[in-house]
Amino acid sequence: MAADALLEVRDLRVEFDTDDGVVHAVDGVSYSVERGRALGIVGESGSGKSVSNLTVMGLTRFQGARISGEVLLDGRSLLDLPKDEMRRIRGNEIAMIFQDPLSSLHPYYRVGWQLAEAVLAHRDVSRQEAANRAVELLDMVDIPEPRRRAQAYPHEFSGGMRQRAMIAMALANDPKVLIADEPTTALDVTVQAQILELIRRLQHELDTAVVMITHDLGVIAETVDDVAVMYAGRIVERASTATIFRTPEHPYTWGLLKSIPRLDVPRDAPLVPIPGAPPSLINRPSGCHFHPRCPYVREAHTRTDPRLEPVPGDPGHSVACLLGPETRRRIWAELRAGLEPDRARRAAEAQETSA
Amino acid sequence: MGRYIVRRLLWVVVLLFLVSLITFIVFYAFPTADPAQLRAGRQPNPQLVEQIRHSLGLDKPWYVQYFRYMKALVLHFDFGRSYHYNVPVRKHILDAVAPTASLVVGAAVLWLVSGIAVGTISAVRRGKLIDRLSMGGALVAISAPVYWLGLVALYLFASDIGKVHIFPGAGSYTPITDDPVKWFTSLILPWIVLAASFAAFYARLLRGNLIETMSEDYIRTARAKGLRERRVVLRHGVRSAITPVVTAAGLDIGILLGGAILTEKVFNIPGVGMVAFDSIQNADLPIIQGTVLLGAFFIVIANLVVDVLYAFLDPRVRYA
Repeated sequence: MAADALLEVRDLRVEFDTDDGVVHAVDGVSYSVERGRALGIVGESGSGKSVSNLTVMGLTRFQGARISGEVLLDGRSLLDLPKDEMRRIRGNEIAMIFQDPLSSLHPYYRVGWQLAEAVLAHRDVSRQEAANRAVELLDMVDIPEPRRRAQAYPHEFSGGMRQRAMIAMALANDPKVLIADEPTTALDVTVQAQILELIRRLQHELDTAVVMITHDLGVIAETVDDVAVMYAGRIVERASTATIFRTPEHPYTWGLLKSIPRLDVPRDAPLVPIPGAPPSLINRPSGCHFHPRCPYVREAHTRTDPRLEPVPGDPGHSVACLLGPETRRRIWAELRAGLEPDRARRAAEAQETSA
Repeated sequence: MGRYIVRRLLWVVVLLFLVSLITFIVFYAFPTADPAQLRAGRQPNPQLVEQIRHSLGLDKPWYVQYFRYMKALVLHFDFGRSYHYNVPVRKHILDAVAPTASLVVGAAVLWLVSGIAVGTISAVRRGKLIDRLSMGGALVAISAPVYWLGLVALYLFASDIGKVHIFPGAGSYTPITDDPVKWFTSLILPWIVLAASFAAFYARLLRGNLIETMSEDYIRTARAKGLRERRVVLRHGVRSAITPVVTAAGLDIGILLGGAILTEKVFNIPGVGMVAFDSIQNADLPIIQGTVLLGAFFIVIANLVVDVLYAFLDPRVRYA
């Protein structure tokens, strides 16, 4: 872990009881973000990416969730803070923006009022000063005529403007860390790019650490410096963004990459969805949790549980996969060349036996 | 908004006209008794009955009677004279409005305050002991009929017949203009009895709404802002969850202003409900007609007020 990590999550576990059994929502997740950097957390719904970050915010919705591990903000441990101290940190030092800006804004209050409220929650300023700050914030996120727009209700805003307003609200108190939970999922593609650019710009201007949660690798490519891929409550691969796209190591990451169109692969290469559905977090598959969906699974993988380990010869890159490094490299080379998973596996196996 | 209200008010007139017509027809189609006979006393001679019938206009066909009635109403705002008491209907009923309004408005304040408080606490402490106790109590209060609850209240607390002499009992109503203190104390028991089931209903309504609201995304946003939980619940949660409560309150108050018959009867409060009850027993059509119109008027106006209020409560609602 970098010594100057601003937000550090160590071995975070979140589990809660349901009628059907214990849900292991987050299962030993560690990551860190430095000032002015952006970390992307990628995964399907139910991979634990949102739960882990809501837990960081102290906003776990599940009553009686068992939380263990450590969350450090500037070296200060957050998980055992008294409620009221955690409240002072929320929206002040760590802020969060959510997926659907329409349902995330209160329908009955004016946008400016909702922004001013965020300011007043943490700063000892007058209502007028808070209202002025709200206008200033709307201006910062490029909302035209901010003074007039502050008087509008959320339903009078467009989708993109609402998300801009949400971002403005999150940045109201110059937070050190901004967690963005699928900030562009509910938006049009053209607006998505604008919002991502805005987050990127503000991250640099304000020197904020950003955690970007998404299921969309396209979002990752444009906005973050490092990537953690989550599957079934665990991080299965971690690397810089460039590395994730150039030399990914985990079959799940390959699956994600093969399922989106890319400019640097042959145009006739088919898009291949990952077969199956995300596993139940109550009865997780034995061994490697990904094995039921993995095209490269071997018998032993159903018994052994892989650990997140450094990739040999690639500093800063780690992966939790039971395939040997050589095998992985061969398979990825075949996949990159445009082969489908089955044929890539056979080609890699052929090389292995001939070697 | 102005045009909307004007249009709605025109509909009120149409509606009241229809209500008066239907009341008239029902009265003639299903007569409960002959008003002239009732008026004439215990052993009437036929001549007297005929004379009364003629002087009240009852010997004319119903549509002629209706036309005369409406003519006086539209031209002079005259609701006719009571068959039974031979007094002007308008004054007779309007005199009863103040007691009913005293009863209903006071009870409404009581049930809104207690219902909202209990509902909010129950929602926030869902599943905890205080929630179970409140909701159990609410169930009892909803199930208890006013005439039973009223009599129990009198039996226990009335200063004349009660086990513990605390509050003035039945028949102690005093107009506020005569003695505000007596007015207040005489209404304490009726207020509680009338408010009980409403308070329970509102508490359950608000609790259910608030529980649902608290799982909304904007509540998560409010928490993510770092607001105090108290503010999250009251300014963000209750603010949304209260809208249906306001609707229900508007309609309930409107209905009750037309006469809270059971409560008025139990506590012998000379309100619209008592007047209506009497008039039915006496087959006193002009008064029946008057109380029905008054009740209908309050209900449609309450509807209008609720709809207009809605636009203020929810900025997304716009009327044109």
